[in-house]
Amino acid sequence: MRYDLEVIASLIDPGSKVLDLGCGDGELLKHLKENKQVQVTGIDRHEDKVALCIAKGLPVVQGDMNEEVQDYPENAFDYVILSQTLQQVYEPDKLLLDLLRIGKKVIVSFPNFSHWAIRLRLLFSGHAPKSKQLPFEWYNTPNIRVVTIKDFKAFAKKVGFSILKEVAINTQHEDKQGSIITFLPNLRATYGILLIGRNGNRLNIDIR
Amino acid sequence: MRRPGAGAECIIKTNMSEYAAHDENGISAGIVEKKFHTFAAPPNEMVLDNGKRLGPVTIAYETIGKLNRDRNNAILVLHALSGDSHMAGCYAEDDAKPGWWDIMVGPGKGIDTDKYFVICSNVLGSCMGTTGPSSINPFTGEPFGLDFPMVTIGDMVKAQKILIDHLGIPKLLAVIGGSLGGMQVLEWTVRYPNMVFSAIPLATTTRHSALAIAFNEVARQSIMADPNWNNGNYYRGQRPNLGLAVARMIGHITYLSDDAMHRKFGRRLQDKTDFSFNFDADFQIESYLRYQGKKFVDRFDTNSFLYITKAGDYFDLKNQHGNGSTTKAFSKTKAKFLVVSFTSDWLYPTYQSKEMVKAMKKTGVDVSFCEIEADWGHDAFLLPNERLTSLLKGFLDRVADEIML
Repeated sequence: MRYDLEVIASLIDPGSKVLDLGCGDGELLKHLKENKQVQVTGIDRHEDKVALCIAKGLPVVQGDMNEEVQDYPENAFDYVILSQTLQQVYEPDKLLLDLLRIGKKVIVSFPNFSHWAIRLRLLFSGHAPKSKQLPFEWYNTPNIRVVTIKDFKAFAKKVGFSILKEVAINTQHEDKQGSIITFLPNLRATYGILLIGRNGNRLNIDIR
Repeated sequence: MRRPGAGAECIIKTNMSEYAAHDENGISAGIVEKKFHTFAAPPNEMVLDNGKRLGPVTIAYETIGKLNRDRNNAILVLHALSGDSHMAGCYAEDDAKPGWWDIMVGPGKGIDTDKYFVICSNVLGSCMGTTGPSSINPFTGEPFGLDFPMVTIGDMVKAQKILIDHLGIPKLLAVIGGSLGGMQVLEWTVRYPNMVFSAIPLATTTRHSALAIAFNEVARQSIMADPNWNNGNYYRGQRPNLGLAVARMIGHITYLSDDAMHRKFGRRLQDKTDFSFNFDADFQIESYLRYQGKKFVDRFDTNSFLYITKAGDYFDLKNQHGNGSTTKAFSKTKAKFLVVSFTSDWLYPTYQSKEMVKAMKKTGVDVSFCEIEADWGHDAFLLPNERLTSLLKGFLDRVADEIML
């Protein structure tokens, strides 16, 4: 399993209820179901991925995550996972508020755009950031949001949710292996993984 | 029961609609038998949704596979408008046509008869062995005709439940069906929640749109406009074949799609190079529809067509089980669902499947949903489709594992 998914799995209590947004081929869900007796659900936009998941015996709904999350009742899940998708979301604030409504806790992971290699590339070559984690050109990247770990923490303060746990990781070998970064994470980590929860009961709905 | 030669024995026919071909690999459920169960003899008649009483009632059914010791591997397959209990295999070695879902039901197939005990019964009101308007009315000794009481999807399911009880099955592992069969699936899950572990409604809806009702009504009117129909009293004389054929032609238009028709027929002419300048069937599409219409009258009773289409139109899960709320209706179910729709199906479009999925999510039902990209319109659910097969197989494997726990 991908290293970042292993870290996410380690944050989840056995036997809990989990929703994975953009679940892809269901690698994480299958792992959680088989090793942690988690009651899993997934959402993905792509027919082929959804079909693959259902064929593996995973309950997955095909659809747009922004719309699909609206239907679940409050506290429907113990954890909602938004793995490597935040940077592709059109209205991340709105989505996160939805997730914090349907999930007691939310796990968000994203590629850290302030990794030193990206900074150097922009500084010395003058080209838009491109890396192993972000292999796209400016004109074809699905990543419409440029976010860093530092940015996300500021965002949390503004929207009004709390960061319960923060894991910065550095990955190698096509993300199969990696390590946790504790020293200068915003500079040295390729991914940020954050466990977030509601700040008391209130969220600052109007943040714009 | 694997018979490698089966494909060669039965004539392989490419048919776009309702009844698909034999399995390409020649794998078959083998020889199957039409069985009957009769119940509700007076004075214990079946009480129908409209308050009328009907009895005795006979149900024709087919079973393939073996019921296990725990009696928890039974799957009920529910057929659509013009289907019957003959879902797979052949009645005889030299049978020209296998059951209507031969590609899906059989050893090692999507619905694996090596693992599951699979049942299919003919719906109430039909004409393929189950009591319907062409059956003999015990009070008159004549066919019922329009004296047959109006039956609903709910009544069909009540009759199926009696059969399942008779077979000694306390809980079905799955109920599976498409189109009108899908409505029966939904009805099962809310009417008998304790008897359904999982459900697979395919290409279906919780209630007909005005568009779907409109097509059904035109089909019914074409029957009623045939003088031979004679208010349903035709069993001794000429049959309303013209009306029924036109009704079927209308149906077939709704089962296809603009794209499918374009690709399959386009504007190509049938066995000619120029127009005939008369009203013969010039275009292939005309010829196809006429052929489908003609073929249908040989095997289907006109009154059954009227009764079953009306039952489809009356079906309304929201109002009949949820007091106006689909969410409330699904809050009754305990089943795990796999909902499947097809991109080019405009008779039961994806938005209708999505509506039921939405309601299920709201009430905490375990649901999977996939919209399969397919060109063949509503017919797609009956045509060979690897994706559909893998979805059914994977979902059934999962629920089978869970029911064993």
